[in-house]
Amino acid sequence: MLTQGQFTCTLSKTSQSHSKSDNLPKPKINWAKLEESEKFAEMVKLFRRGKINRDDFRRFRLQHGAYGSRMTDDYSMVRVKVPAGEIYPEQLERIAQVSEAFSIGSAHVSTRQNFQLHWIALEDVSEVMRSLAEVGLTSREACGNSVRNVMCSPLAGVCPDEVFDPTPYAMATAKFLLRNPMNQSLPRKFKINYTCCERHGMARIADIGLIPLKIDVDGKTQSGFKIFLGGGLGAQSFVGHQLEEFTPEEDLLYTIISVLRVYDRMGNRENMARNRMRYLVNELGWGKFQNIVLKERAIVKATQSIVVKLEVDKIPEEPRKITIRSESPVQLDGFSRWVKNNTVKQKQSGYCAVFLTLESGDVTANQLRAIAEIAGEFSAEGRARNGFLQDIVFRWVREEDLQRFYAKLLEVGLANPGALTMASVIGCSGTTSCNLALTNSHRLAKEVQRRFLELKLDTDDTLRDATIKISGCPNSCGQHEIATIGFYGGGGRVGKDMYPLYTMSLGGRSDEKAMLGSVCTKVPAKKVIPTILKIIDIFKSEKKAGETLDSWIHRIIDGNGGPNVKSLNDIKEMLKPLLVAPPIEQDKDFYVDYGNDGSYHARTGRGECAA
Amino acid sequence: MRCLSKEKITRPTIDADALRSEIRDKSIRVLDIRKEEDYKQNHIPSAVNLPLATLLSDDSPEKVLQHAQSFGIDDETSVVVYDDTFGALASRVAWTLQYIGHEDVSLLDITYGTWKKLGLETSTEQFSFAKKNHSLKLRPEILATADYLMPSKEKGGILIDNRERLNFLENHIPGAINIPYRMLASSENILRPKEELKRLIQNRNILPNAEVITYCGSVGTLSGLGYYALKSIGMENVKLYVRSFKEWKSLEKPIERQRDANYWDLSAE
Repeated sequence: MLTQGQFTCTLSKTSQSHSKSDNLPKPKINWAKLEESEKFAEMVKLFRRGKINRDDFRRFRLQHGAYGSRMTDDYSMVRVKVPAGEIYPEQLERIAQVSEAFSIGSAHVSTRQNFQLHWIALEDVSEVMRSLAEVGLTSREACGNSVRNVMCSPLAGVCPDEVFDPTPYAMATAKFLLRNPMNQSLPRKFKINYTCCERHGMARIADIGLIPLKIDVDGKTQSGFKIFLGGGLGAQSFVGHQLEEFTPEEDLLYTIISVLRVYDRMGNRENMARNRMRYLVNELGWGKFQNIVLKERAIVKATQSIVVKLEVDKIPEEPRKITIRSESPVQLDGFSRWVKNNTVKQKQSGYCAVFLTLESGDVTANQLRAIAEIAGEFSAEGRARNGFLQDIVFRWVREEDLQRFYAKLLEVGLANPGALTMASVIGCSGTTSCNLALTNSHRLAKEVQRRFLELKLDTDDTLRDATIKISGCPNSCGQHEIATIGFYGGGGRVGKDMYPLYTMSLGGRSDEKAMLGSVCTKVPAKKVIPTILKIIDIFKSEKKAGETLDSWIHRIIDGNGGPNVKSLNDIKEMLKPLLVAPPIEQDKDFYVDYGNDGSYHARTGRGECAA
Repeated sequence: MRCLSKEKITRPTIDADALRSEIRDKSIRVLDIRKEEDYKQNHIPSAVNLPLATLLSDDSPEKVLQHAQSFGIDDETSVVVYDDTFGALASRVAWTLQYIGHEDVSLLDITYGTWKKLGLETSTEQFSFAKKNHSLKLRPEILATADYLMPSKEKGGILIDNRERLNFLENHIPGAINIPYRMLASSENILRPKEELKRLIQNRNILPNAEVITYCGSVGTLSGLGYYALKSIGMENVKLYVRSFKEWKSLEKPIERQRDANYWDLSAE
C-alpha cells in the first residue's frame, strides 16, 4: 500500500499557486506598515474593555483612517488613501476581496481619489488594514487632523495642456508627509492638490494647490509651481490665493513645510467650525498670511542643519508592450457616443485616456476585478488612476484598441457614457453612511445621472462643460459650490410634515476663473430633476449662438443677461410654480426622501471630521 | 502517556492530496452534492451524488439515515463532502450527517471548480455501493432551535449571522453579530487558514469555550460553513440554528435593524 508521502511523490503535490505571467507592474511605493493593523486590533480590544476613553479612541481611529458610520460607531468607513490616485491591478483585486469579505460587496471612489469601504465592523478594521498592507495600501491619516490624501490630476503626465508632469512631486510630497511627526496633530484636516494644468484640477479649492509652471531666468528654463493657499469648500468656502508669481522647484518642500508650520502654530484649535486653514487666512487677511508664510520659509531655509529634499522620482517610464487578448468585436451600439464622452486624446500621439462613468463613485467587487484586468490588458502603464469626479481613469490606451475596450466594459456593466459631461453627477455619501447628512444625496446623484443618460443629454454639446454636484448637508463633501448647478441637503416643512429640501446654487467653477456658486432657490428633493430640466429649457430659449449652459449662467451672474432672464432671481421666479409643496394627502411621495419608505425626518448624529 | 479519547478524531476539512490518497486506498466515501445534471457530466472519482435539494426535501433523521445507508456508509466510514458553492451546501450536508450521529465527516477544502482548475482527476462513471447499516444516535448538542436562542444569549451565548452585511443591517435576530460567510474563505480554500480564522474570532472577542450559534437566511447553508469555520479552529460548543432566519420571521419573533441609514443605496449592484 502506498503511504501518502509516496503518493504525493509519484503524482507531485497539488499546487494552488496560479501565478499570472502577465508581467504586470508592481506598486512602486509601499505606503503601508503592517504593525499598524496589529496596534489597531489591540486598541479596539482595550476600548471595548473600557480601558481607553471614547474620545481618545476616536482620535486614534480617525488617525488610522476609520470613520464611525451613520448612527453607530460599531461600524466604520475605512478610507484607503491612494496618493495621486495611482492604483495597481493587484491593489484593485485586493480592494474587491476586502469589500466582499468585510464590507458590502461594493467600494466607493471619493472626490479626493480615495477608495472608501463602508459598514465594516469595528472589530474587523484591523483585518482590513492588514489585508490592504499586504499590497502596499494604507488608510493612515486618511481621516483626522492630518494631511489627507495628496491629490494629483488623473491626466497628469498625459494632459495636452500641461507644462510638465507633476505626479512625481505629488508622490514625493505624500511620501514625505505620511507618518511625519509634524503632521499628526494639526488644528484640523489639511488638503494638498496637484494638478496638470489650469483646466483639469482643483488647485484653488485646496489648502495648498499646485500647478506646474516653467519660466525663463537668464536664458535658462526653470521648473516650479504656481502655488495657491487657503482655498477649500465647507460650510463657508473660499478660493485660494496665489502665494507668489513662481515658486521654484527647490523651494517646493520648504513652502509646504512653512505653510504647515504656520497653520499648526496659528490655526484655530478652539472653534471646531472655524479651524480649517482657510479661516485663518480669512481672519488674518491674505497679505498678512502671505507675509508670515514667506518669512517662515526664509527661517526654515536658513536654520535647517541638513538639506531636506523631496525624493522626486523622475525616471521616465517606458510604456509597456500591449498584447490584447480580447476578441475584436463587430460594430457596437453606443460606441461613438462613448468615445466622444468618455475619452481624451493624450499628448502622446496614438494614445488616449479613458474615463469610466460610475454612479456616485460606487463600484462592485466584480467590477473592480474587471477594472484590474482591463488595466493590465489595455493600459501601457498597466495601472489605473482614481479621478477627481468619483471616477476611474485608464491612461495609455491605444486608440486602435478602443472598440475592444468598450466591448469589455459592456460585458461588466461599466460602459455607461457621459463621464466627461454634465451627466457625470457627484453625490457625497449622504444618509447612506454619513452622520451629518440630512438627505440621501448619494442616491439622488444616481437618479439624476440615470435620467440624463436616458434623455441622452450627455450628447448635447451645449451642456458638456456644465456640472452637477450634490451634498447631503451644507458641508460640501459633494463639492456643490463649484458646480454649475449645485445642491446641498436640508429639511423643509409644511405644517408638521417635513420633506427633504435642497438649496440650489448656480455658477460655481474650479478652473482659473474659480468662483463659488450663488444661491438661487430651494428645491424639494423630488423636484430636483424637473428643476434641472427646466433650467436647461430656459437656457435653450435664451442662449446666444455658440453659448453653453455654463457660459450662459456666468453671463447672467456677470450682469449681462438677456431681456427675459436678467438675474438669478428671474430664474428663481420662473421655477417657482414647479417648487410649490403639495399637501401631504395629495402627494405622499413628495415627503419621502429617495431610498426610504417612511416619512422624512432630519435626524443626524455627531460629526467626526473635527475630532 | 496521555490517553487518547475513544472517539475518532474528526477533521473538519481535508485537502485535495489527502483525499486523492484516500480515494486510491478506497478508504473513503465521497459525496458530491451538486445537482444531478452537473454530477453526470463529471465528478471526483468514486463520488456518489446527493443533491442538496434531495436532502432538503425531507431532512428528517430517518430519511437522512436511509440516504447514508444507501451509499454504503456505516458508522465507521470516512465521508468527504464537496460542492461548487464555496462549501456552504457541502457544510449543510456534512452537518446533517453529524447530527444523525455519523462522526467521521470532512469537507473538501476546495470547491469542485477549483479541483478542476487544478487539473485533478475527474470521472463520469456513476458509482454505487452496497447498502450498509448505520445506527441512529442523534446529537442534539449541535442543533439549535428557535426557542433555544434567547435563553442561550442570556447565559452569554453568542449568536452569529452569516449572511452578507447589507442583509444583516436590514434585519436580524436581536443581539446577533454579523460574520458574513465571505469573511471565512480565502481566495483558494473554502475556509481561511486556522491562524487567520482564530485571529478574526479573537478580534471579535469570542472566547474559545463560548457557546456559539450560527444562522443564516433560510436553510442553514451559509451558517453551515460558519459552523465548520468555528469547528476548524477547535471550538467545542458550536450549534447550527438550521431553520435560520426564515423560520424566525415566520414565527413573528422580534427583529432588530440598523435604522435611519440608506446603506442599500451604496451598493453598485
